[in-house]
Amino acid sequence: MTKEEIFNTVQDIAAEELDVEKDKITLDAKIKDDLNADSLDVFEIMNELEDKFDIELDVDEGVTTIQDVVDFVEKQLAAK
Amino acid sequence: MELTNKIALVTGSTRGIGLAIAKNFLQAGAKVILNGRGEKLAPEVKSQLNGEFAYISGDLSSPAGAQDLAKAAQEKFGPIQILVNNAGVNRDKLLLGMKPADFHAVLSTDLMGPMILTQALFKPMVKQRTGVIINLASVVGLHGNAGQANYAAAKAGLVGFTKTVAREGALRGIRVNAIAPGMVDSAMTQALSDKVKHQILTEIPLHRLGQPDEIAQTARFLVENDYVTGQTIVVDGGMTM
Repeated sequence: MTKEEIFNTVQDIAAEELDVEKDKITLDAKIKDDLNADSLDVFEIMNELEDKFDIELDVDEGVTTIQDVVDFVEKQLAAK
Repeated sequence: MELTNKIALVTGSTRGIGLAIAKNFLQAGAKVILNGRGEKLAPEVKSQLNGEFAYISGDLSSPAGAQDLAKAAQEKFGPIQILVNNAGVNRDKLLLGMKPADFHAVLSTDLMGPMILTQALFKPMVKQRTGVIINLASVVGLHGNAGQANYAAAKAGLVGFTKTVAREGALRGIRVNAIAPGMVDSAMTQALSDKVKHQILTEIPLHRLGQPDEIAQTARFLVENDYVTGQTIVVDGGMTM
């Protein structure tokens, strides 16, 4: 799966969970500061991604931006 | 939250307080999953139940047991809206005679069990944006009781756990409360000698033991009232005041 495909999925899930326009979910967007997510939103996005990709995402790993999420998913998919 | 058609899991519900809660919720139209350690629900218990219910055997003394129960319960009727952490054990001894295994056994079932089960069911509750969790604590966790250091520690732990998860769940419409029963009429209290019973009654202003139904009424109130969260409701005939 390409990085772009992962990003598209992250974009879909984050837009739905956070109820924001898809174009606001950019790679450099800070999840909490720019997208107004609370701590549980981050968990929910990660949980959805876990289900979607059938991977384990330990949220203790620092994720601040959407780029961090994409990188994290990519790393876990590679390790699968 | 209205109980009609909601799905509730009540742990340790083959007798006593747990069974009374299961019956009360069934009466209100909820679908109830009962749980106990036995392989099957005893016919004399089954015959007391009316409505839509299921029984899942599960031992909460290990994290794996709690996780398996959460999984099996959700497969039965779908996402669970109400969790009652009632299952508990005790191994009473004075502190000087208490072995690490006695602490461990009680803390595993009475505190770790609810934590693992709550965590497993919290995720679908967050997704549903609703949920009610009720933890059965005890007045022993509030006041202490000679011979129950392990049980008191577990029940006091549940009170802190309740408040914390109430704060976390509030962000998604999940309410978490505890009930702290006092002396409730049960197999355990029935086995006490008349002398001990008399001594206990002198300490209860209402001068009688509580009935499991009276604890169940409190559980129902905590499900139905949408503005109560993070509380420990003491139901003890006035011992605590």
